[in-house]
Amino acid sequence: MSNDYFRVLVVDLESGKSTVEKVDGRNRVAGGSGLAALLYSMYGRPGHDWDDPLQPFILAIGPLTGHYPLMSKTVCSFISPYHNQYTESHGGGRSALALFFAGYDGLVIVGRAAELCCLSIGSRHVQIKDTGFMRGMNSEGSGKLIRRMFKKASGHRSIMRIGPAGEIGSAMACINVDSYRHFGRLGGGAVMGVKNLKGLVINGDGDLPRPPGKAYPEVFKKVYRQVTSTDMMKKYYHLGTAANLQGLNEIKSLPWRNLQQTTDPSVSEISGEVFAEKTLLRNGACSGCPVGCIHLGFFRDQFKKEARYLYHQVPYDYEPIFAAGSMLGVTDCFDILRILEDFELVCIDAMSAGVALGWATEATQRGLISEKQTLVRLSFGDAAAYQEAANYLGRGVNDFYRLLGMGTLKAAAEYGGEDFSCVLGQEMAGYATGELFFAAQSLGFRHSHLDTGAYSWDQKHADKDVEAGVGFLMEDEPGRVFLTSMVACLFARSAYNDEQLGECLEAAGYENLAATMSGTAEYIRKLRWKVRVDSGFNPKDIVIPQRFYKVETWKGKIDGGYLDALKSEYGKRILALVEGFEP
Amino acid sequence: MKLLTTPRMDRCIGCHSCSLACARLIHQRLSWSASGIRIHSSGGLSTGFVAVRCLACDPPPCAAACPTGALSPRKGGGVIVRKKHCIQCGDCVSSCPVEAIYQDAAGDVYLCIHCGRCVEFCPHDCLELQDLDDINEVLL
Repeated sequence: MSNDYFRVLVVDLESGKSTVEKVDGRNRVAGGSGLAALLYSMYGRPGHDWDDPLQPFILAIGPLTGHYPLMSKTVCSFISPYHNQYTESHGGGRSALALFFAGYDGLVIVGRAAELCCLSIGSRHVQIKDTGFMRGMNSEGSGKLIRRMFKKASGHRSIMRIGPAGEIGSAMACINVDSYRHFGRLGGGAVMGVKNLKGLVINGDGDLPRPPGKAYPEVFKKVYRQVTSTDMMKKYYHLGTAANLQGLNEIKSLPWRNLQQTTDPSVSEISGEVFAEKTLLRNGACSGCPVGCIHLGFFRDQFKKEARYLYHQVPYDYEPIFAAGSMLGVTDCFDILRILEDFELVCIDAMSAGVALGWATEATQRGLISEKQTLVRLSFGDAAAYQEAANYLGRGVNDFYRLLGMGTLKAAAEYGGEDFSCVLGQEMAGYATGELFFAAQSLGFRHSHLDTGAYSWDQKHADKDVEAGVGFLMEDEPGRVFLTSMVACLFARSAYNDEQLGECLEAAGYENLAATMSGTAEYIRKLRWKVRVDSGFNPKDIVIPQRFYKVETWKGKIDGGYLDALKSEYGKRILALVEGFEP
Repeated sequence: MKLLTTPRMDRCIGCHSCSLACARLIHQRLSWSASGIRIHSSGGLSTGFVAVRCLACDPPPCAAACPTGALSPRKGGGVIVRKKHCIQCGDCVSSCPVEAIYQDAAGDVYLCIHCGRCVEFCPHDCLELQDLDDINEVLL
């Protein structure tokens, strides 16, 4: 590892050979999001489809990974099966520190293995093992086998694997990271699937010298104190993001029953408090993060008439509870965990799957589809049916589920019901907060609620000022892009303001980056949008379904004209970013 | 005489802050392993974590195995480390009955010196520096 260049491992699964590359550009692209875009520009195949084995699967960490608290995320980038364009997905667990301690800033995987396989890398090994016997295996079983098959390193390695959804090329296929975290959105699991890559093990078995000088441990201590001794992170480790359910429901912003409602008194049964009191078993953390925001719930099932029970542990957060709970009208906290576990086992993204099944339920109600397609009668609140459907969707058991797995709008184009598809670039995140969020998720780089703080803006602004709203989105993005280039967890954005980031970079030996943060952030923003636009992104191709125009929030009915104006202006401003930009 | 103890590991969230602190502050490294305390998952992530660390044997077999006196018995248990005497033979590593000594690729060995620097970096008070006389039971 060096402060001047990136050390990148490039693995060709077809030949089984690897190379270690020195890649220049640290002061231009920093790492993480910036490095991922740079690596795609080097190894990507513009014009080739997402499932071309030559297309790279990229992991990238940043200059502050392993150096400071909450610098614990990895950026995964690929051409998405969802829209056939470049995208990123972010995941935590032990992935970031494992790659760091293995001695790499980035990992690029190209080619397709002849057989289903697992790849294991570390500071002194690259190993590929055929694992044809894992075909169709769920995330739990494959995790158990991978732990047994590869050399002992419990707690000091990251294990990523896909389920059946990835193997069949579902655009909703996620990658399970260390059991409880994910590269969730936009189908990264399918990209591993087309490479015949069932699992990826990264052993963090190396070590590096500490940055010289007295400043580094002092700055570390300061940040550590701030995130552990103040209330700054309390909302993440106390009830966790699940605390938002009640608040968003109160301001008519929680999607219920395929967004037919934005508030419902049943929220009292699925609130963060209820999950904590009834289901919370324990907490967990990504490596390097003392906050420990992972909330592990449990459910138990009686499997015999006598007092014989089994239990399962399932991670929960706001978004999965929205997706498997309010969006599907399921209001029993244990049932929500059961559905989430079934999503987990087949490795489909919970948000995407929940929203897709919400559409399928309403399409059933309206008579557009029937059990001929869904195999099980879907109705809001029927948790057992959704558990069954999760398995059908993840395994793509028929044409209907295969198509739905490629995106709700694709299924709606075939069966009807586009107007009530809750899709904003991809299946919506759980924020029916208003016009700015709808425009922002539709056009955002990752179609994620974390691309910008639009959901927060909506909750504070009732005025309809296009310039102010879009201006906020444009101003908010570079800071987040810089954080995801470090690579910080975005929950840490209040701890890492510009001043703190500059101090951290300087103490870690990145004086040049510290001195050019704002310019570098803008460069990275443009670079990754350039890569995205070159891969086919056009704001005009994205249509916001009619359902979003009928939503009622605390501000009243959605103003369709305002929403259209926001989307139009935001699209123009994104395209203006890359106009004339030459990396 | 004080010893590092791990009395509340059932609170551990697996953040590795203790290992990272030891590596950073005692050994000037960035590492999960180049540390006197190492956190491993126990039976997969679903069942919790275990802290692998020196249990302060008295007399310590690692000191007996060390041919150069780099490790010598510490009063109250454990060892005193004189790194400049270490010839990287690894005999201490194989002599430790609880795998508490780590040897890196360069041959350097890492084990707990019971300084307690890691304790303040545990967010859930899993760790404690305790007087030898106050330790009734070794908890893992």
